[in-house]
Formats: sequence, C-alpha cells, structure tokens
Amino acid sequence: MRSELQGKIIVWSIRATTYLIVGIVGYLLLDIIVKGIPTISWEFLSGFPRRSGAEGGIYPAIIGTVYLVLGAIIMAFPLGMASAIYLSEYAMQGRLNRYIRLAIITLAGVPSIVFGLFGLGLFVLFFGFGASILAGSLTLAFMILPTIIVSSEEALQAVPMGLREASLALGATKWQTVYKSVLPYALPGMFTGSILGIGRAAGETAPILLTVAAFFLPRLPKSIFDQVMALPYHLYVLATQHPDTEKVLPMQYGTALVLIFIVVFFNLTAIILRNHFRKKIQW
Amino acid sequence: MVDFTNPKLLAENIDFFYGKKQALFDINMAIPDKQVTALIGPSGCGKSTFLRMFNRMNDIIVGTNHTGKLLLDGTEIYGPETNVVQLRRDIGMVFQKSNPFPKSVYDNITYGPTIHGQKDKEVLNSIVEESLKGAALWHEVKDRLHDNAMGLSGGQQQRLCIARALAVQPKVLLMDEPASALDPKSTAHIEELIGELRKDYTIVIVTHNMQQASRVSDYTAFFYEGVLIEFGETTQIFTNPEQKRTEDYITGRFG
Repeated sequence: MRSELQGKIIVWSIRATTYLIVGIVGYLLLDIIVKGIPTISWEFLSGFPRRSGAEGGIYPAIIGTVYLVLGAIIMAFPLGMASAIYLSEYAMQGRLNRYIRLAIITLAGVPSIVFGLFGLGLFVLFFGFGASILAGSLTLAFMILPTIIVSSEEALQAVPMGLREASLALGATKWQTVYKSVLPYALPGMFTGSILGIGRAAGETAPILLTVAAFFLPRLPKSIFDQVMALPYHLYVLATQHPDTEKVLPMQYGTALVLIFIVVFFNLTAIILRNHFRKKIQW
Repeated sequence: MVDFTNPKLLAENIDFFYGKKQALFDINMAIPDKQVTALIGPSGCGKSTFLRMFNRMNDIIVGTNHTGKLLLDGTEIYGPETNVVQLRRDIGMVFQKSNPFPKSVYDNITYGPTIHGQKDKEVLNSIVEESLKGAALWHEVKDRLHDNAMGLSGGQQQRLCIARALAVQPKVLLMDEPASALDPKSTAHIEELIGELRKDYTIVIVTHNMQQASRVSDYTAFFYEGVLIEFGETTQIFTNPEQKRTEDYITGRFG
C-alpha cells in the first residue's frame, strides 16, 4: 500500500512539473501574442522604422534576421555535416578523437558573447569584413556548428553497423558505403540538429551585437558587406536603450511576436524537410 | 588430414590479434574449391574471426592485426597489391543477423552491381531474377520486387541477403552463422539452399550448430581457444575424430 501511494505521489509531482512548465511557456507566448497582435499591421511588417524605432515598421530588421539565419545555416550545415561524417566514419576511434569530441561538446556550451568577441576579432577586424552580414553570419555559424556536429554524429552512430558491413562486403568503397547506406538514414537526425541551431541563431543577440547589427539603419543591405538591423538586437534596443521604453512597449511586443514567428517558420521548414527524408526510409 | 592439391583458400601460419589479445594461433588450413567447409567450435574460439579474415572485414575493427599468409587462388588476400574492393566482390558474405538495406527488394539486389558500374536496366533486371532464383526466393517475391525488404519474414530477409551476395558473382561465399536467428523451417530452407549453392560456389560456413555442420558440409574444421584442433572430411570428424577434444565437443561433453 505504501509503495502504491509513493508511486502515485511521484506520478502526480512529475505531472504537475510538466503542467507548470507548459503553463509558464504558454503564458509567455500568449502574453506576447495578445499584446503583439494589435501592433502587427502591413505598415509594421513592411515599413521602415522612424524616430529610432518609436514609429514605423521593422522591415529591415526582419530582412536582416532572415539573411543572418540563412547565411549561418548555409555555412554551418555542410561544415557540420562534413566534420560529423569525418569524426564518425573516418577518424581513428582513439584518444585524439575523444578529445576532439569533448572539445566540440564544450564549445556548444560556450557563452554566445564569447563567440561574438571571437567574430569581432577574427572576421570584423582581422579579415577586415567590417561589421557586415558576412561577419555576422560566420559568427552565428561558428556558434551553432558544435550543436550541428554533435547531433549529426549521433544520427550517424544510430545507423546500424550491419548496414555498413553489408555494403562493404558487397565491394562498396568506404565513400560509397557512407553515401549510399549511411547518410540517407542519418539525414533526418542531422536536420533535427540544425533545427536546434536555427532557433539559437535567430534569437541570439550577443554575437550579432559585435559583428553586424545596426542600432538604427532604415534601409536594406546592398551586399553581404553591409550592416543590417536584426530583430533580437532591435528588441534589446527598444527595451533598454530607447529614451522612452514605456511608450515603445507595443513595438517591443510586435517585434517579439515577429521574431517568434520567424523562428517557428524556419523550424517548420526544417521539420518538413526532415519528415520528407524520413518518409523515404522505410525501416 | 585432407590432401588438397589446388585449394581455393589457403591459410599459412595465421596468428591474429585484437590489440594485445591473440585470437588465432598458427592456423594452417586449405579450403577446397566448390565444397562446403564448416567451421565449428564453442563461442569465442576464433571461428568467426577466421572467417572474417577472408574478405578482410576485420579491417574495419580498430587495433586488429595478424601475421601469416592468406591466399585466394594463390594470390595474397592481405598483399600490398590486393584491391580490397575487388577482393570483396570475389568473396561474398552473409551475416548472422540478416541486414537487408531498408530499400526495395529490387534495390537490395542491384546495390552491388550498380556500385560496380552496371547501368543497363535489362541486365539489372536479369541479375535480379537470376540472383533471387539462386537464393530460392524468386517465387515468393517476384510480385513484390518494389516492396520494402524490411517487410519480408526473417527467413526471407536472410535469403535476400544471400541473393544480394550472389548478385556480384562471387567465387566464394562466407556465411557467419546464417541460420542462428531463424526458426527451424527457415533454417531447413537455408540448409537446402546451401546444398544447391555448393555446385557453383566455394562455401565457408561458421556454425555453432553441430547437426547443421554435419548436414550441410563436406569438410569440417574444429576450433578451440584460437587453435585449429582438427580438420577433415565431415563424416570422419563426426564419426571418427582423431583428437580427444574434438570428440568431447561433438559428443556434447563441453562447449
């Protein structure tokens, strides 16, 4: 009897914890949606900001964030995939490999401001890209790279050894085996990793603050060497740097809603892609 | 011992190591052409390790090495000139756990031929039919060639793996406990198939099932703790073994 009661208490406490977390996240989302929707208008989405963002729209910031995220993913996904394939399929599974792995996992936990400073030093100053989309995307790419490598490697390791053996035993080369019998089954998992990366790249402020984001720039970039505005930084500016933060509260809610929407949009695209590849595998 | 003037496979003084641990000790053995040779012995006796040396599958395990000579038709399997890819086309393998690709039956069979450059649809079609017939699977799957192989029964999956190996036209077929995960009926099916295949292929089969070894093989090698204890005609090994340890094992006194 006692153990039965104990079991019930445990189930109820983990259930309550789950509800609490869902409740908090739900409240946050609902608050942003309810207070953000009145601000959303065609002018807000497609217009340029005026008076330091107190009026007008956030179009340049939306475009900036989309460019930065796309740029980061385009650079980080192939790089991450390649390193994961090398580490999982080719590298000697020895001590060096373990250290590299440990370094990558550690890198995934490095605070984003450190990546921002790294980007400032390497891309903005040393390579002379200046504060630009290129420098910002590269910095974001380096920030999400560890996440993509770690989850891609896990996806590769999850492919049964038997498939590799079957392919090799038929006289396939190592690359043919990886390309035809390992990668197709690991791709969905690799996409999951990049989904996590996308969310982080879109939402981070610190890395872009030092490498690309403009405080107030009411025009669109002409090349990858231009500065852009970006949603998370714009939000930060409105909330803390604006002379009258109370007055621009609706603008903050609107910006936050749009940012969340963009993250959801990117994630959905990646999820659809993942499911498309997953459907092709029929275990 | 058996006298072989022209063996298909020949092992001379083979020692094999996993890191520092020695798994095979001075193996000398000649495997005759177009015969079934069974490798028997208790778990961990080195029979699978020895089998996987012939198509160099041990290469993918880190820290393994060996000394001695292993020959296929007189050429060195571990020679510096040897092309592993070509070697594995000549020496096919069927694994203990059936491992079809999660693709269609058709794509499973054509996997080998296509990676070796065969593009002609007609040729591929006939390879699929020939291989499936060779593995006694054609009549069961001819109407579902484009269904996923994972939907086949366990026994069918294993015969598909045999058909897939046949599709690259090997000279030798290695089988690593091919029926150990199957029910008795599927096992009988596989054994029957081995009887058919021995007309065209040299077969080396690892099995822990002694009845199976006595049923399907022409020659039997008994391994114990990494040493080849006895090798001879299957009838002799099972009726009149020379070594005490062989007798103890086949009569079930240990193992």
